[in-house]
Amino acid sequence: MRATVLVRPKPGILDPQGQAVESSLRQLGFPVGDARVGRVVDLEVDAADAAAARAEVERMCEQLLANPLIESYEIELEAAR
Amino acid sequence: MTERPRIGVVTFPGSNDDRDAAHALELLGAEAVLVWHGDAELPDVAGVVLPGGFSYGDYLRCGAIARFSPAMRAVTELAAAGGPVLGICNGFQILCEAGLLPGVLRPNESLSFVCRDVDLRVERTDTPFTSLCDPGATLTIPIKHGEGCWFADDELVRQLDANRQIVLRYVDNPNGAVADVAGVVNAERNVMGLMPHPEHAVDPLLGSSDGALILRGLVAAARERTAVVA
Repeated sequence: MRATVLVRPKPGILDPQGQAVESSLRQLGFPVGDARVGRVVDLEVDAADAAAARAEVERMCEQLLANPLIESYEIELEAAR
Repeated sequence: MTERPRIGVVTFPGSNDDRDAAHALELLGAEAVLVWHGDAELPDVAGVVLPGGFSYGDYLRCGAIARFSPAMRAVTELAAAGGPVLGICNGFQILCEAGLLPGVLRPNESLSFVCRDVDLRVERTDTPFTSLCDPGATLTIPIKHGEGCWFADDELVRQLDANRQIVLRYVDNPNGAVADVAGVVNAERNVMGLMPHPEHAVDPLLGSSDGALILRGLVAAARERTAVVA
């Protein structure tokens, strides 16, 4: 099963990368605000069903993929075809 | 009493200050023992230094992958048994990711790599690492990091303040660290992490020898521990 993990800086956490991206976009003439930069991790998970896969990926997030002090995560699952 | 206490210096893939740390420890009266990160057991050492560098290329988050090294399990056990553990720069990042120290290190507010001497205020001297500093002393020690912005939420900072776990603060904050934090200890005071590099400040010829105060403190703690265990 294909899993995508989106890791984001938590709201309220200063994100200097996002700020730099935002100011570059503004210089290019895009009137954007509040840009935040996170991380995407694509994974192939070997699990019996979606619930098991989600539980497994959640454990990965808690242990390694995200730091709960500063990051939140979101898991998307897509069955392998 | 052992003349030269043995202190381990863990080399992770991407560590680059391991030999500097070992050199400084030797200079200050310890026997430095390089430990490979893949070793599940520590050699007979009374303390450990996690050195600076870019373990695992700083992939994912700095320190996030190194904390799962086999050697880190042994370091965690040593820390739990009261052994002194000092994390410098990347070593500090690893200790935070491992949960041995509070907080986390993030990219500098400026997004720039900062490499220069900084002044540090010693907030307490009743830790093994600062026991040789004068109360309220200011130390000059170099920093060199891109991700040294220590972060903890307000609640955690309040807790750490109450427990007096913030040991070193920048006089002039170079990276945006919350509460000007440059170094913290655990509640038991035997594990400390700091972003500045004491191992680069052990010889007046290089501008400052203030780092020697911190490392000598570690050496003294390791010596004491060796005497107790022996």
